[in-house]
Amino acid sequence: MARSTGKDAQALFHSLRSAYAATPTTLKIIDLYVGFAVFTALIQVVYMAIVGSFPFNSFLSGVLSCVGTAVLAVCLRIQVNKDNKEFKDLPPERAFADFVLCNLVLHLVIMNFLG
Amino acid sequence: MAAAAKAGEATLRHAFGNVLSFFILLLIGVLAFSIRLFSVIKYESVIHEFDPYFNYRVTQFLTKNGIYDFWNWFDDRTWYPLGRVIGGTVYPGLTLTAGTIWWLLNSLNIPLSVETVCVFTAPIFSAFASWATYLLTKEVKGAGAGLTAAALLAMVPSYISRSVAGSYDNEAVAIFALIITFYLYIKTLNTGSLFYATLNAIAYFYMVCSWGGYTFIINLIPMHVLLCIVTGRYSSRLYIAYAPLVVLGTLLAALVPVVGFNAVMTSEHFASFLVFIILHVVALVYYIKGILSPKMFKVAVTLVVSVGLVVCCAVIAILVALVASSPTKGWSGRSLSLLDPTYASKYIPIIASVSEHQPPTWPSYFMDINVLAFLVPAGIIACFLPLSDASSFVVLYIVTSVYFSGVMVRLMLVFAPAACIMSGIALSQAFDVFTRSIKFQLLRILGFSEADAGDGSSANVVPENDAVKVDKSEETIKERPSRKNKKKEKEQMEKAQAEKTSAKSKTEKRLLVLPMELSVIGLLLLVFMGAFYVVHCVWAAAEAYSAPSIVLTSYTHEGLHVFDDFREAYAWLRHNTEVDDKVASWWDYGYQTTAMANRTVIVDNNTWNNTHIATVGTAMSSPEKAAWEIFNSLDVKYVLVVFGGLVGYPSDDINKFLWMVRIGGGVFPHIKEPDYLVGLLLLFVETDGKGFDRVRRTEIGKKYFKLTHFEEVRQS
Repeated sequence: MARSTGKDAQALFHSLRSAYAATPTTLKIIDLYVGFAVFTALIQVVYMAIVGSFPFNSFLSGVLSCVGTAVLAVCLRIQVNKDNKEFKDLPPERAFADFVLCNLVLHLVIMNFLG
Repeated sequence: MAAAAKAGEATLRHAFGNVLSFFILLLIGVLAFSIRLFSVIKYESVIHEFDPYFNYRVTQFLTKNGIYDFWNWFDDRTWYPLGRVIGGTVYPGLTLTAGTIWWLLNSLNIPLSVETVCVFTAPIFSAFASWATYLLTKEVKGAGAGLTAAALLAMVPSYISRSVAGSYDNEAVAIFALIITFYLYIKTLNTGSLFYATLNAIAYFYMVCSWGGYTFIINLIPMHVLLCIVTGRYSSRLYIAYAPLVVLGTLLAALVPVVGFNAVMTSEHFASFLVFIILHVVALVYYIKGILSPKMFKVAVTLVVSVGLVVCCAVIAILVALVASSPTKGWSGRSLSLLDPTYASKYIPIIASVSEHQPPTWPSYFMDINVLAFLVPAGIIACFLPLSDASSFVVLYIVTSVYFSGVMVRLMLVFAPAACIMSGIALSQAFDVFTRSIKFQLLRILGFSEADAGDGSSANVVPENDAVKVDKSEETIKERPSRKNKKKEKEQMEKAQAEKTSAKSKTEKRLLVLPMELSVIGLLLLVFMGAFYVVHCVWAAAEAYSAPSIVLTSYTHEGLHVFDDFREAYAWLRHNTEVDDKVASWWDYGYQTTAMANRTVIVDNNTWNNTHIATVGTAMSSPEKAAWEIFNSLDVKYVLVVFGGLVGYPSDDINKFLWMVRIGGGVFPHIKEPDYLVGLLLLFVETDGKGFDRVRRTEIGKKYFKLTHFEEVRQS
């Protein structure tokens, strides 16, 4: 039972890897950015767990800014992905402009809340 | 050539329709503004009720001292000796809006006073709210439904009651913010554009600034997202509509001082985080499903389910322990009383004593939304044919708002826009069917040989059928969920239809058309129903909801008698007492006393400190010596009481006396309610025998006594 699960897990891992390798480079760059943002957020949470959450607004704004940029990057990826039939009429420049605008608003709020 | 002419005529018709819609919307705005002006005409341009006086005082402070002082304001003229941190406990949206309007007008050299701006803020924003309803309903069902819904909202009595000229309260701008937030959410859901998602978050921020009812939005939208996921309507547009809203929205909500860290720590917001996580899981599942083969996907599912279940249980156990450790499970008192209607009466008498927090009676539904009560079920059915993301959202909105309006009569206000949207959809669909039938029947009666009847096409039977069919297909296209490729699809549909056989077209027409007489009568009856609605709304606005509680009228046998007792009393206090004197009264009159009499009060309508109010309540219910001691310890020099027996004013302090006893008894156990039900011990001035409790219709005992510790200084 455990061995078949192990073999299944390996096969799954391989197929995931090969399927992901087929995605275009631009999307992979966005995925890397998302991973970096989530990783930064995790570091901040670990730091808070060690040191304590005293200026809570700083902690909140730090974590939420990382999560926010990750979410916005995922939205950009959705809109720019050529396999997505719903967005085939949307020019990628427009998607990127929306992304930049939303990030501007997000970071304005973050800087205000950072304290 | 014929096709170009037809296309040209279509654009001309569109242009004409747009101009007509613009003028209709303008008229709807003027209607919404003017129907709320009855109290200004009948009495004067004055601020009504109690809460608006506090908002007015805060706006005065803002316009005089600027925004930094307003943000950091500590008010020492209320809740003596505690004071109140105004900057941190007030929802600043309304005052900032009115202050901005005043500043804008003054910089344009239009010198309106702050009071005028405050009085007319509500009607202006109700005009904006009806335009926002037009936009929202247009996203759900099309422009015709939008116009109808906007016209209905401009007049609905429930909204008028809280937004007459002079009712300067949070709901005046909050309802506008609510509708526009919902509109932007639906627009993002329909178009999938991140730009509208940003605007949605900013509109949500405005809503959080304006009203405590923003928790309704931040729970309704996650509920809708969950509904879409569960019914299999997940799409990437849903992700774009919801995920940025949660992150940006939480941050923006935490920016408002009154909410602060409650945005992440109270149970009212947990639903949004939970659905955020669920949405990400679902998105990941769909993504992996897309890149894997079906067999591998099944393997992945079994693996993840077995491992993930263990992790999930652990996380849920931690969460439950955290939430259960707080006594109210993390909810605030007001929200708990919404979920469990008996909670307030058991634990927090103050919330239970506010008349706006009682459940409504059946007749109040017909008073407040009148004819719409019949149209709402029809609208709900119309939303299901066909069901789109937007129409499922509106159905969810109306179901939840009906429940909450049944718990608390004040929330009828949130129910009103939903009712108007549904009724607008129903009315517009009905009009569609009737006018379409009439048009078709008329064309049939006038004969098919009439080639140029209405469409300018060539003299032929088949193109005539196609033209009529194209009209219908235009209307069915209106109901498609995604607005983006509407024009392209319409052209494709027209081409496809033009190639179909006439036999099929005949069966299609027969399904959608009613006999001529029926449609004409139906149309007339609908117009009559609308007329009844308008008559009722105007009556309600003029008679029922335009009373500024600060000025009272009564009809004696001599005619109309106007009482200005409240303002005269406050003016007396303002001119005949020292600036630092403290005035004690029941908390209803606190805001008005600080605003108009400009004296320090002990308790006011904010009711944030139950013990302080209980102290005043105890003082009001105790014998003279005990009361004098309590008031002396609070440095009180004047006590204000309201007595309505002489003129039949029902809502005076005798009516409220039982609440004074209950609230006092909630904190000081020596005040026991049964003691007061048999023989009332009142701290009132001697009257000329008119000690009659109007509400309970009993005579009050112990009249004609002399006061030993208090001195009557003024009686009006």
